[in-house]
Amino acid sequence: MSFQLAVFYAFALILVFAALRVITARNPVHASLFLVLAFVTAAGLWMLLEAEFLAITLVLVYVGAVMVLFLFVVMMLDINIDRIREGYWEYLVPALVVAGTMLAEMTLLLVGRSLRLEGMPAPAAKAETYSNTKELGRLIYTQYVYAFEIASVILLVAIVAAIALTMRRRKDSKYQDPARQVVVRRADRVRIVAMKSEKPAAPAAPASEQAAP
Amino acid sequence: MSLTAADFVPIWPELLLLVMVCVILIADLFLRDDQRNGVYVLSLLTLAACAVVTVVSAGSDVSIVMHGMFVDDPMSDALKVMVYLAVGVMLVYSRTYIEARGMFRGEFYTLVLFATLGMMVMISANHFLSLYLGLELLSLSMYALVALQRDSAESTESAMKYFVLGALASGMLLYGMSMIYGATGSLEIPRVAERIANGQANATILVFGLVFVVAGLGFKFGAVPFHMWVPDVYQGAPTAVALFISTAPKLAAFAFAIRLLVEALGHPSLLVEWQQMLAILAVLSMAIGNITAIAQTNLKRMLAYSTISHMGFLLLGLMSGTVDGYGAAMFYVAVYAFIGLGTFGMIMLLSRKGFEADRIEDFKGLNRRSPWYAFVMLLLMFSLAGVPPTVGFYAKLSVLQAALDAGYIGLTIVAVLLSLVGAFYYLRIVRLMYFDEPTDTAPIVASAGARVLLSVNGLAALVIGIVPGWLMTLCQQAMQASL
Repeated sequence: MSFQLAVFYAFALILVFAALRVITARNPVHASLFLVLAFVTAAGLWMLLEAEFLAITLVLVYVGAVMVLFLFVVMMLDINIDRIREGYWEYLVPALVVAGTMLAEMTLLLVGRSLRLEGMPAPAAKAETYSNTKELGRLIYTQYVYAFEIASVILLVAIVAAIALTMRRRKDSKYQDPARQVVVRRADRVRIVAMKSEKPAAPAAPASEQAAP
Repeated sequence: MSLTAADFVPIWPELLLLVMVCVILIADLFLRDDQRNGVYVLSLLTLAACAVVTVVSAGSDVSIVMHGMFVDDPMSDALKVMVYLAVGVMLVYSRTYIEARGMFRGEFYTLVLFATLGMMVMISANHFLSLYLGLELLSLSMYALVALQRDSAESTESAMKYFVLGALASGMLLYGMSMIYGATGSLEIPRVAERIANGQANATILVFGLVFVVAGLGFKFGAVPFHMWVPDVYQGAPTAVALFISTAPKLAAFAFAIRLLVEALGHPSLLVEWQQMLAILAVLSMAIGNITAIAQTNLKRMLAYSTISHMGFLLLGLMSGTVDGYGAAMFYVAVYAFIGLGTFGMIMLLSRKGFEADRIEDFKGLNRRSPWYAFVMLLLMFSLAGVPPTVGFYAKLSVLQAALDAGYIGLTIVAVLLSLVGAFYYLRIVRLMYFDEPTDTAPIVASAGARVLLSVNGLAALVIGIVPGWLMTLCQQAMQASL
């Protein structure tokens, strides 16, 4: 077994373990952290495939940005784990049966007959000067520019949708406007009214007491 | 490798729409609430302009541009014009409805136009990547539209269901596409077809991928057994959005199926495989759709099951595997989209602020309240049921004929029997409208545009039913020139 293969198996095992823990961990924060582990390991696998740009993007974007945001949300929300796990065992059995059957069927169909390593030879090694990042950039802005632009439109839709769904001005919210607080004058808040002093009102007539049964 | 000016000519409608959506998005910022009508007018003008550009540039030639990502053929031109029309009519119908429900905002229009752009990308896709990206553009806009009425728990729930199941469907589709890529080594549709024809592809992996692709397509069409989301989404979504989901995207889904199944995987060795799969989907959809619809009391839910059964019919046309069959299926989906527009338009016509006319009882005694709209609804229901001389009859007939020509006698008989079952619940609404006393006596309020268009929509169901030749010829010629 070559060193590369050993690294691959080590990473693959960690990846599968982390992915399993993502869905089995009880604590959502732990699940998110296992997802980080899964992403970093997957980035390592891509590195083995000499796709260094994708590997770095995965770490930078997913681990660096998305997962941090995710952790924020998970920590901010008060998630009732017991309610989420309600019916877990009830669904687990049919889900396992379905997933197991599908896995078995797919394995029977594909492994050994169609998907053999000999049928898929490794690509020729790239030259020393080959830059994965440069090649990707060249392809994205030439061959795949149409798809790239549509993807950017999808992101625009995501922004519009997120704003449309979450932005609202609540009528009942109380907030302070410092600018208005600063310019306030005494006359705006206090009104001095000149009044004659009055005698206290006479005590209530006893008639109402008698009217009551 | 660089793009030339010739690459941009066929994608003009898409570019125009994209630029205009951005203009509307920014213009909306500067409009006061009482000027919001400008967004509505601008959206309609944009669709009209796109239609003009598409019609002017339409020809019988097929041009593939953008490094094989985009194809402009007669089928795409015809379907795109239908999409503009369906979206435009939907905007007119829903104007009063969304205003009464606080959804009359710029975002509604921009999301609808983004969804339209997604449909156009799907219709003109020549590459698995553009097919998938167009689909995602459409779906994401749809999820947001369903959830737009944020204070309604029902809408939010149905948006969630739609989102989760839609994501699952996209996953299946992508998995299938990746398998096909693995087998053929290309994502470009003509090249995939070429590799399969040359026998360079691994047959087992190809069929394996095909299964997932058909499952993903089934989800998007809402065909049984992938139909679970349809009734919930139709019922939960605001009627304007349910109207949108049930019409224009079906046209795009049809194009999607043609590109993927016929153009990429249409080799006779694979044709047999997906014909069998579609046959099962078609029969199950027609059976479960029509039979479950009988038990519904909510009109939107009933229409959802009716959609499922109509999608079964559409699949029947697709599985015939002949150009005539595809033409008949295209005619069917176009007719279905416009009848669907009318039916949901009627629900919105009878709805008003704080009241949804989405129960079947709400149509009771419509004849007393407004004989004309009762007649329009009668034409629409007859059309959905397939009663001659409405257009629905002709659409069903041509699909059945294509299926018979392809030798599916048993399936044809089943389809006829199941549409007889379907006729029951459509005619029940007609009975309620004409023979029952009205329970709701509020006057019908709608904009003049919606009234006129709805009348035209209903009459078109009758007129095109009497002279269906031109539309049928259009569909057939578009198919023949494109395949």
